[in-house]
Amino acid sequence: MSDKTISIGGAVAALRSGMTVGIGGWGSRRKPMALVRAIANSSLTDLTIVSYGGPDVGLLVAAGKVRRVVTGFVSLDSIPLEPHFRAARQAGRIELTELDEGMLQWGLMAAAHRLPFLPTRAGLGSDVLRVNEGLRLVRSPYSDAEELVAMPALRLDAALIHANRADAAGNGQFLGPDPYFDDLFCLAAGLRFMSCERIVATGDLLKEGPVQTLRINRMMVDGVVETPGGAHFTSCVPDYGRDERFQRAYAAAAADQEKWTDFQQRFLAGDETSYQRAVREHADD
Amino acid sequence: MTEASRAEVCVVACAEAWRGDGEILASPMGLVPTIGCRLAKLTFAPDLLISDGEAYLLGEVPLAGPEATVPVIEGWLPYRTVFDVVASGRRHVMMGASQLDRFGNSNISCIGDWAKPKAQLLGVRGGPGNTVNHATSYWVPRHSRRVFVPAVDMVSGVGASRARAAGAAASRFHDLRVVVTDKAVFDTAGPDGTLRLRSVHPGVTVEEVQEATGFDIDTAIAGVTRLPTAEELTLIRTALDPDRRRDSEVPS
Repeated sequence: MSDKTISIGGAVAALRSGMTVGIGGWGSRRKPMALVRAIANSSLTDLTIVSYGGPDVGLLVAAGKVRRVVTGFVSLDSIPLEPHFRAARQAGRIELTELDEGMLQWGLMAAAHRLPFLPTRAGLGSDVLRVNEGLRLVRSPYSDAEELVAMPALRLDAALIHANRADAAGNGQFLGPDPYFDDLFCLAAGLRFMSCERIVATGDLLKEGPVQTLRINRMMVDGVVETPGGAHFTSCVPDYGRDERFQRAYAAAAADQEKWTDFQQRFLAGDETSYQRAVREHADD
Repeated sequence: MTEASRAEVCVVACAEAWRGDGEILASPMGLVPTIGCRLAKLTFAPDLLISDGEAYLLGEVPLAGPEATVPVIEGWLPYRTVFDVVASGRRHVMMGASQLDRFGNSNISCIGDWAKPKAQLLGVRGGPGNTVNHATSYWVPRHSRRVFVPAVDMVSGVGASRARAAGAAASRFHDLRVVVTDKAVFDTAGPDGTLRLRSVHPGVTVEEVQEATGFDIDTAIAGVTRLPTAEELTLIRTALDPDRRRDSEVPS
């Protein structure tokens, strides 16, 4: 098995401006934030981000990396509205493909299965069909003749996910209660990067959790990045919960340009090591 | 025992939404619906399935106070499984709504022009799929003309008019039940599936409700929302919400 370990910088260097990038996790939960932070500090621009959105979307929007967001929501969970996403939408700075949460899953599934679309009831009657002019309906060829939404495949140029454990070959393990849709993001993407809390020997994966936790296999991954704390400040249970105090600081700073500049300088201007150091200092404040 | 507060009347009105639902997933959004849902399960709707809001199905209602329990986990409910349940129809959700019209079309997405909204809210979330797949009710903690509007800015939850217009596939499983607010309870038995005032909470007048609603409402059968029983009050106060968090959502 080949060693797919790669640095944060190496993963980000493989991305290109204009790409459609899917990001795993959900809201403010198990987001590959170390990779997101590095993209925010890169020269990449004009990205389309597909995500069950949280601070991943917020940070990238704030850094001016995003042309379009494809999502059903953007939320910090314990803080319902993501301030950067909110501000950018209200200023008309980003484009949005707004979908029902289940439609997003179906679009990823269609891409994963190499289908042009999958039919769904979700979206019918709602303004999702009004604001997404490209969405089409499809009539069942069977006797029911139901007219359903033909959710098009959401093909991704790249996918970024964060796992609790992984091996160097790209087998990934989630130890928290929800795998979210990380496997679908990987299956829908051309280029797949998985960060993780810790890389362990393949033979040690089952010491960490039962076989059902091995949701990601190495066919689904091109690069593995070990980033302890790499999901911070989103939750990565059981390794750590959401850093609510830090998230509150993030949200407060995001609501004010001057405070955001300070926050950006203090936490985000350097690399991941300096971020983690600044977070520890913040925790000791 | 002191008499029921407005918040406690709202808890019971929310609980009533799930009466008779049987063995389905009950998904309350917000504090008062959550307390209501758990009250329903503890009393008249014991077969309901409830989740911890993350990924577990709880086999028992978690209780606080002297009878504090560690909840028994009876099942696994990650988000993808929730979507499966949505599509199967075995679910009754009580969602919030930033705007609602007389047909029960709802909006949690944004206020103003969608292309450049005055206020970006959550996004449509699961509203479009929920409303065309299974039973849906709403909880509105502050009944006002800001919420009850002639037309919503972005239809995230499908109401009766939109379901009808979208055809058989949209209306086949469309099942809008009740709207509970801090002032009143509506059902959807008005003409063409419009909201109809079923009851006002004790101490609220029909005129007050009409005044706080941005469209004409059918008030012909409006009664008074029932008071909690002594058993229900005890459960709410000692086991479900001893810290009175409900009062922050519905002040007395």
